Amino acid sequence: MTAALLAPSDPEAPPRRPSRSRVGVRDAVGQSLAIARRNLTQFKSDPSQLLDATVMPMVFTLVFVYVFGGAIGKGQADYRQYLIPGIMVQTVSFAAQVTGIALNLDFSKGVMDRFRSMPIARSAVLSGRIMADVCRLTLGQGVILAFAFLIGFRVRTDVPSVFAAVGLLVLYGVALSTIAAYVGLAIRSPQAVQSVGFLWMIPLQFGSSMFAPPSTMPGWLQAFVEVNPTTLVVDACRGLLDGGPVAGNVSGSLFWIGGLLLVFVPLAVRQYGRRTL
Amino acid sequence: MTAAIHVEDLVKEFGSTRAVDGVTMQVPAGSVLGLLGPNGAGKTTIVRMLATLARPDGGRARVAGFDIVTEAHQVRGRIGLTGQYASVDETIPGWDNLYLIGRLYRLPPRRAKALADELLERFRLSKAAKKLPRDYSGGMRRRLDLAASLVGDPEVLYLDEPTTGLDPRSRLELWDMVRSLVARGTTVLLTTQYMEEAEALAENIVVIDHGRVIAEGTPAELRGRTGGQVLRIRPDRGADLAEIARQLSGTGGRSAVTDPDEGLITLPVSGQEELTAALHALTACGVPVDGIDTHTPSLDEVFLSLTSGDPADDTRRTA
Ligand SMILES: Nc1ncnc2c1ncn2[C@@H]1O[C@H](COP(=O)(O)OP(=O)(O)OP(=O)(O)O)[C@@H](O)[C@H]1O
Ligand SMILES: [Mg+2]
Repeated sequence: MTAALLAPSDPEAPPRRPSRSRVGVRDAVGQSLAIARRNLTQFKSDPSQLLDATVMPMVFTLVFVYVFGGAIGKGQADYRQYLIPGIMVQTVSFAAQVTGIALNLDFSKGVMDRFRSMPIARSAVLSGRIMADVCRLTLGQGVILAFAFLIGFRVRTDVPSVFAAVGLLVLYGVALSTIAAYVGLAIRSPQAVQSVGFLWMIPLQFGSSMFAPPSTMPGWLQAFVEVNPTTLVVDACRGLLDGGPVAGNVSGSLFWIGGLLLVFVPLAVRQYGRRTL
Repeated sequence: MTAAIHVEDLVKEFGSTRAVDGVTMQVPAGSVLGLLGPNGAGKTTIVRMLATLARPDGGRARVAGFDIVTEAHQVRGRIGLTGQYASVDETIPGWDNLYLIGRLYRLPPRRAKALADELLERFRLSKAAKKLPRDYSGGMRRRLDLAASLVGDPEVLYLDEPTTGLDPRSRLELWDMVRSLVARGTTVLLTTQYMEEAEALAENIVVIDHGRVIAEGTPAELRGRTGGQVLRIRPDRGADLAEIARQLSGTGGRSAVTDPDEGLITLPVSGQEELTAALHALTACGVPVDGIDTHTPSLDEVFLSLTSGDPADDTRRTA
């Protein structure tokens, strides 16, 4: 073993000695995938991260369906059908928080020094994180859908619509993840990242049509609820899963997602650059 | 062959403190340089700059022929770093740490797997391959960190206090590993608090204090810097230590070092005159003396005599 390590480098795979300052696209993608794999391995070793993001929405579901459901859902045939698309959006917004916390922890541990002293693409750590998030968000949706079926939720549309809904949810999750990434990189302490995360997430969740129809709310709140992207995504998913209008809400959602990415991707990248200087 | 590490007037400031204050040094390719200095001397800061983790505020450095600021990426492709504080990934198992690094270096998956197995075996971590490093002992984490710094087959390896926290067996193994790496041409920059370690491994030693080079040379040359001899005096009463030290310092030579635990005073003396003057000063004190002798100093004593004393006293500096 010693001999193998100390022998001159394997002729089959000579070590990379970059002669230019830039990493080629193929290498950058490979490195992002390696980081993504690492982030997914984290979940395997510590599944609580995924649980955190799915258990909370399940608890919310039970509480809202069985405790408040009677009151809130008055006049609706089945409150579950109304609530579950909202819970699916809640799941992605909880899951997005993990992105910020995980990035922040990477920086507060020594591992970032290791990455930074290696010839890897600058974008690899961030893009690897996003790739892993897409897997995590999709998995989270699978778990929540299965749970929803267990408690009696039924899809009243078709399979392609379900895929479209999950796709939209994952996209929204990625957009929220970039906000969380920015917060996680901009703030030093992991506890503060968590508090600030909840600070922007709570109004986004509760100031929406997630749990109750906006028509039951006071006027000033309705104004907020109507422009809240969460409302658009929730209503789009209702349309896609339970039937009803879809097009307007989907295009509104996509518009918001694009806008959020346009603002927060550069912010997160810039903050990442600052932390790694 | 040119120097593998070429440092010129390197400066790093943190606020108003100059952690590194104009350091110049060379490390010939395929050799080991021992960077010695007390706590806070600036060793880690130098290593971090040479590893492209911190940006210098002044001066220049080239590693393996590339500038550490403008060609940082090329430098990164040629170095390995074992930092003072382990930079292993605590969130994934030991094997995955090494495999990840292999893949980040773009080794083919098969090669990255084989290398991860090989390195774990070499560092006696095979049994812990599937465990998370947060469940490792301090020494195991350290060894994993070392293994990680070898995945990229570095031309230049930085080891920042690599044996701190290692048991004697692991320390000797590490020394052997450094020797075999050097035998195949790797250049090593090693920081340490232990003279013994520097002497065991390094052809050249640079001693820094307060961010400046205060001495450099081979271990033998450093010994010579104290004039070859050390006068040791053991007074009868420990209480007399300070008085003797004061008197000896008045003789104009180097300052005496007191060791209250041992009840000893040591004074480097170069030549007949200084020795005679010191003995006169000692007699003038009139304190009872238990023992007195002269000996050729160990490197530890050289280190202590170099780094003790008034930091503002520039006469003691060579750089
Ligand atoms: N990030 C930082 N911010 C502020 N000051 C710093 C920072 N890093 C190092 N310093 C200061 O720079 C000086 C040199 O520190 P450095 O860690 O390089 O010393 P060292 O020789 O490695 O010491 P040790 O033997 O304890 O590891 C110290 O005074 C330290 O307080
Ligand atoms: Mg240090």
